[in-house]
Amino acid sequence: MEMLVASAVGIMTSVGIFLILRGRTFPVILGLTFLSYAVNVFLFTMGRLTVGRPPIISPEAAAYTDPLPQALVLTAIVISFGMTALIVVLALRGFLEIGSDSSDLDQRRVREQQHPDGHHGGPGPLPPEDVRA
Amino acid sequence: MNNWIIVPALLPAFTAAFLLLTLRHRPEAQRVVSLIATVLGLMVAIGLAVEAADGVPQAYRLGNWPAPFGIVLVLDRLSATMLVLTGVLGVCVALYAAADWDRRGQHFHPLLQFQLLGINGAFLTGDVFNLFVFFEVMLIASYGLMLHGGGRERLKAGFQYVAINLIASTLFLIGVGLIYSVTGTLNMADLAMKIPDVALADQGLLKAGALLLFLVFATKAALVPLHWWLPATYASTSPPAAAIFMIMTKVGAYAILRVYGLVFGAEAGAMAFVAAPFVLPAALATLLLGTIGLLGSRDLKSLSAFAIVASMGTLLIALGLFDVTGVSSALYYVVHSTLAGAALFLLAGLIADGRGVTEDRLVPAPAMHGEILIGGLYLLAAIAMVGLPPLSGFLGKVMILEATRVSSIWPWIWALILGTSLVMTLGFVRAGSTLFWSSRPPEETRAEDLPASTQAVPVIAVIILLALTGAWTAAAGPAMMWMEATARQSLDRDAYVEAVLGRHNVRTAGLEE
Repeated sequence: MEMLVASAVGIMTSVGIFLILRGRTFPVILGLTFLSYAVNVFLFTMGRLTVGRPPIISPEAAAYTDPLPQALVLTAIVISFGMTALIVVLALRGFLEIGSDSSDLDQRRVREQQHPDGHHGGPGPLPPEDVRA
Repeated sequence: MNNWIIVPALLPAFTAAFLLLTLRHRPEAQRVVSLIATVLGLMVAIGLAVEAADGVPQAYRLGNWPAPFGIVLVLDRLSATMLVLTGVLGVCVALYAAADWDRRGQHFHPLLQFQLLGINGAFLTGDVFNLFVFFEVMLIASYGLMLHGGGRERLKAGFQYVAINLIASTLFLIGVGLIYSVTGTLNMADLAMKIPDVALADQGLLKAGALLLFLVFATKAALVPLHWWLPATYASTSPPAAAIFMIMTKVGAYAILRVYGLVFGAEAGAMAFVAAPFVLPAALATLLLGTIGLLGSRDLKSLSAFAIVASMGTLLIALGLFDVTGVSSALYYVVHSTLAGAALFLLAGLIADGRGVTEDRLVPAPAMHGEILIGGLYLLAAIAMVGLPPLSGFLGKVMILEATRVSSIWPWIWALILGTSLVMTLGFVRAGSTLFWSSRPPEETRAEDLPASTQAVPVIAVIILLALTGAWTAAAGPAMMWMEATARQSLDRDAYVEAVLGRHNVRTAGLEE
């Protein structure tokens, strides 16, 4: 089981890191989600892997699993859920207002789009340099 | 048990909820309530600082559970000092925003209150996981504040800001997990007791966890190479938000001091000062890159942002020494750079408003209303930020120079600090002369193009901040005495452990050693 959990954490982390390094918002968000899954599973293992043991004191229990990681994972899930919702909305707003989902920050180009020389507003056809994957 | 300790966390939480639920559509009332709440928060913080002045840390046990099992908040001189600083900044920012900025978007004041809740909580908390939770509270509010008022540039920078912080949060959790898996506790006092006894085989894991946490705190404190999110974020957000963010970089520095000065402190055996070898080189690089960025900035806001990066470098050079002289001079500088940086950002907002379409870009433009006053304030803020006499930046830098004498490479540190100060002076002079002296005569534009800005209230907020910098200089003697006691206490593991876990634990640990 240790091997399985460890490789799951490892694979999810590497997928997450790969996706975070992409240049568009959607893969970055997916990457963040993978990372938060990886960290949640990882947090479970920090109290050692035990199966079929209660985390709460009960008269029948012969042994216990560490309850603290479970509490921490619960908190971490809530927080990462909220954060993911926020960043999805943020990416969508950005796409609708700027018309591009590239995640790099070119101040000059953003400024030019802001000032009404060229076309702007709304998701239109992407400029050529944004089409690269 | 002193029940006032939890008030700095509860007061903004209830205020924010009250503002959202009952005063949603009444901006005027929101301003008043928000201002009253920040002033009350400042008063409570001052009261707590008076409490903490006797030098004995106090623990507040939530739900009255004994310490390693329950959640504790700890009040000592260090957290009290940071609370007062947050309070002062909160009042000035609420005042500044109340004039106009809170109308440019929704819910400025509730977000500000939530931000204060997160910051105060991070300063008070006594265990690492709650530090994470309060970090998240602080960050969620800061995302809202950062985007306040909208705009394309802000959305773009906002996405990066949120993404980098989410990655940092993930690293934080991994670090917390590693530390817990080795020590079985997350309470800082308990950790400080258990870390010296960690088995040799587990020390690698513990060290990995500790250094991952350091990466997170370094990201918050904008240490090179983890600083790159800061200039884009601070330069594109609204001035009051940037001003309150001033204290967020200090939360990173605070966490570095708390975790690596106390938990992994002098008594931590093989783990003593585990991050110290990385702090000094990173801090020196931060100072250098901040200065270069400052010189290359094309607008006042990014210039200010790079000045903040540079000041974080200066601050961490001294903090990274982890001795009483270094930490006390760093703490003196923390107060100074927070006040001066906030004043600078608020001023940048006033200047951008006063100059119409050219905003704060460093190009000649028509003279603005109240140029003499704003220019004078800019001069003071620049003097403070660069560290020229007579303001507190100068004293802070002198004390930091004095403290670095213990380092073996002190001539290099001196050369870098003094050299970058000179270059920063040039940067600020260049910006100031473009903004105020090469202004075109006002006839070139129609008078109605210029907004009737420079209202009294925002200017008063800036003046308060700069006056406090001045007062910080005038009171340097007592301030340094306070900071020295604070530094000594923040590096004193036994007093902290005794306050949180009780006397018994300190004694048994002493026997084991």
